[in-house]
This record gives sequence, structure tokens and C-alpha cells, in this order.
Amino acid sequence: MNMASDNYIRVAGVEKRYGGRETALVLQDINLDIKKGEFISVLGPSGCGKSTLLKCIAGLEGTTAGTITARGRVIDGPPEGLGMVFQRDMLLDWRTILQNVLFTVELQNKITPAMRERASAQLARFGLGGYEHRRPWELSGGMRQRASICRALLTDPDILLMDEPFGALDAMTRDDLNVEVARIWQETRKTVVFITHSISEAVFLSDKVVILDRHPGRIVEILDIDLPRPRPLSLRETPAFGRYSSHIRQVFMQLGIVKDA
Amino acid sequence: MPSNPSRLTRNLPGLLTLAAAVVLWEAVVRVFAISPILLPSPLMVWEEFWKAPAFFLYNAGVTLTVTLVGFLLSVVFGILLAVLIVSSKTLERPVFSLLVALNSVPKVALAPLFVVWMGIGPEPKIAIAVMLAIFAIVIDTVLGLRSVDPDMINLARVGRAKPWQILVKVRLPCALPSIFAGLKVAISLALIGAIIGEFVGSSSGLGFAILTAQGQFDTPSLFVSLVLLIAMGSLLFTMMETIERLAIPWHTSVRSH
Repeated sequence: MNMASDNYIRVAGVEKRYGGRETALVLQDINLDIKKGEFISVLGPSGCGKSTLLKCIAGLEGTTAGTITARGRVIDGPPEGLGMVFQRDMLLDWRTILQNVLFTVELQNKITPAMRERASAQLARFGLGGYEHRRPWELSGGMRQRASICRALLTDPDILLMDEPFGALDAMTRDDLNVEVARIWQETRKTVVFITHSISEAVFLSDKVVILDRHPGRIVEILDIDLPRPRPLSLRETPAFGRYSSHIRQVFMQLGIVKDA
Repeated sequence: MPSNPSRLTRNLPGLLTLAAAVVLWEAVVRVFAISPILLPSPLMVWEEFWKAPAFFLYNAGVTLTVTLVGFLLSVVFGILLAVLIVSSKTLERPVFSLLVALNSVPKVALAPLFVVWMGIGPEPKIAIAVMLAIFAIVIDTVLGLRSVDPDMINLARVGRAKPWQILVKVRLPCALPSIFAGLKVAISLALIGAIIGEFVGSSSGLGFAILTAQGQFDTPSLFVSLVLLIAMGSLLFTMMETIERLAIPWHTSVRSH
């Protein structure tokens, strides 16, 4: 196939094993093509290796077989132009919110007055105006995760990797942030890989949902989500949305991961 | 900001307890007419101090200097060793085994050897203080450096941090609460080390003063040195707590105070 220009991130035949002698197969034969500006969710139960897959794409972990390329380059370490949001917010307690948002810029010695202004402006856009000089522990869980998204976006990376970013938040805050992420994506059209174990979150946010089985983690189905954007929260109550989530649920039931009453 | 009760109000219960203990001590000595050779009263200890304040303060100063020098050396080398242990898989085992072996030696038994090696100046005392104090610092620093959330490191790596940046900007600050736990133990151990050194061979310091007083059955003088040691130990510990509060105001253990 001659689609290299189209495929922004390409995961080809990736396998990941852990351990020495008694190796555990975590990921098996993962093939995935992600187009530029696409929003992809990787959905699976705990233990399916979805976070491992993301860490491999980020260049944080190596693969045991297969290759991952981003923008045509083989990933062998964290590449430039990549933003990442983790399960927990990973804000550094001894820094103010502004200093936290500027952290990755500071690592590259690229803090300028303009960058500071950009950070402040971005915090304001995320509803964190006036909190620049607060410490992380003074903020709620939702606000902290907002700040960590700000940090990931500050350098305007074209690839955004999100590792179950809202798993630890309450349902309302989660809805709120889902809308926020959808809005950012709409505005910036970044290439997003979003890890989640929530079916509705995956359907709500994505162009494509990659469904993983566990032990070993392998792709069962890649489902295109053809729902109009922008997507209001009420979309989740529509029949079309219901059809997608019910289809995914049935896949998990067939795999024996979800059991019905 | 929550309103903090003043320092005095916070320390009042402790100070009152201390005062009550002294009063009780004085009363017991008087009521039972205990011989000053066994147990002098606080008042006698006080009077004894004022007979030769320069002598006691000079010796206290000697012990304090040895303690602080030993402690500071332990901090520098302890943290360096911990960083070495954490950052190199090849060095980890040998360095650690060596430390554990060294720590298993009863330091009191080493003191005479150090005197043979280094004479009766401050050097062997400092060496013993370091031997005692360094282990706590290394263990707690290693623990702190290892307990950093892996995603914290991942965050820095995604930001394409250099290894020294990860160490200085993420690992060490994350380890600070743990390091301070080690430092607070170490400062008391350094003082003990200094006294052990002085017991074995010296011509000054509170350890020397205690031995001299004991040789002359001058129990009140011995008690003056003891009280000075207690005061010094408490002061050093309080000092460390203050430094901790200033250094890691963001940490839960400090915030809740």
C-alpha cells in the first residue's frame, strides 16, 4: 500500500513481551494506521496492554518485534512535537501551576516572556485564569488535570497522546473534560491517541475506536465512528450513539470480558 | 492562609513538661536526700556550670563542631552515594554491599582503630560521626529517589529531558521529604559518633569532660556536660526541622502542621 504520506503514525506488527525467562506476551501483532489529524481511541479492559501500546508510540518503551513510525521516522525514543497526558496529572508539587505548565519548555531552555504569556493565556482558556501562582494541591482533581493538558499543549505538538487521563475523575468532571478535549481537537486538529476503558468516552470523542482483547493484547476490531461534529453531550442519548456503544459492548461480551445479568 | 498559632503557644506544652520534670527532679533529690555523687539536683548542676562556664562552653563548642562537620560530610557523600546507587545498575550491588558491611561493624569497636590511624585530633571523631550518620542518609535518599512515580520520569522524558535534568528537576525534589527523614536521624547519630570518638581518645569536647568528671567522681560536673549534650541534640534536631519546613513547604507532612 502506498499510503505513507497519509499515515501519520504507523504501528506495524508490534509485539511486546515482558520479563526474562517466563516472558509474558503483552501485545501481539498490533497493526494500526493513524492519519494526520485523526482522533483515535484505544479501548480495552485493564490488562490489555493499551497503556503499554501508548508508551511504545511515545518512544518511552521499546517493542520486542515490529516497528512504529511517526511522520515517516522510526520511533526509538521520545520524538519532538509530542505531548502526553498521563493517568494522574503529574504536576510537580513544589512548582506553581504556571511553572508546571512551563516545565517541558524549561527542559529545553526555551522559556521566553512570550512563552509565559502563551502559558497564562492557555490557562485562562482552560478556566484556570487567576490560578497561575497557586500550587497544585490547592486545586481540585479536575482543575489539576486541566493544567496537565495545558502543559502537554503548550509547545503546540502535532501529536497528543492521552493515557486514560480522566480515569480518576468523577463522572461530572469527566463529562466536562470530554467536551473540553473535543473542543480542543476541533480547534487544533491534532493527531490524538486516547487510551480509555470507557465505551461512551471512546465513542463520544473518536473518529475511530480500536478495540483490544486482553492476555495477550491484540486488536479485535477497528470501528469507524461516523457521528457529526461538534458533538454535544446530548449526542450520547441518540440512537446512533447507542448503536455504536451497544456494538462495542457486544464485542466485549463475546470476548467474555463483559458479562450480562 | 490559615492562622498559625504563635511559636510560643505551639511549644508551650513541651516547655511546661520539661519544667515539670526539672521541678520533680529537684524535689526528689531534696525529699530523699540523695547524695550528689549519685544524683545532683538541678540547682547544683546549674551552680556547677557557673563555676566554670568557659570550660563547659568551650568543650561543647568542640563537640558541636565535630558533629556539624561530620554531619555535613555525611550529607554530601551520603547523597552522592545514593545517586550513584540509583543511577548505575553495575555499581548498585557492590556499593550497597560495602555500605551494609560497613554499617554492620559496631562503630564503638572501630573508634580505637581510627585513633591509631588519625591521632587524637578532631579527625577520628569526625570519621566516626560520618560512619554513624551516613548510612541513614544513603538508605533514605535511595528510597526517595526510587519512589518517584514512573510517569513523573516519563513526563520529563517526553519533554526530552537530559539525564541530569531528570535527576535535578524531578528525582531529587521528589526525594526531598525522604532525604529529610534521613537527615533528622543522621544529625542525632553524628552527635553520638562525636561523643564515642571523644570517649576513646581526646583532650577536649564534652565526651572528654564527661570522662574526666567521672574519673574524679565529680557527678555534678558530669551532669552539666550531659545537660549540654541534651540541649545540643535537641537544638540540632529542631534546626533540621526548621530547615525541612523551609525547604519543602509543599509536602503534606509539612503542610498539615
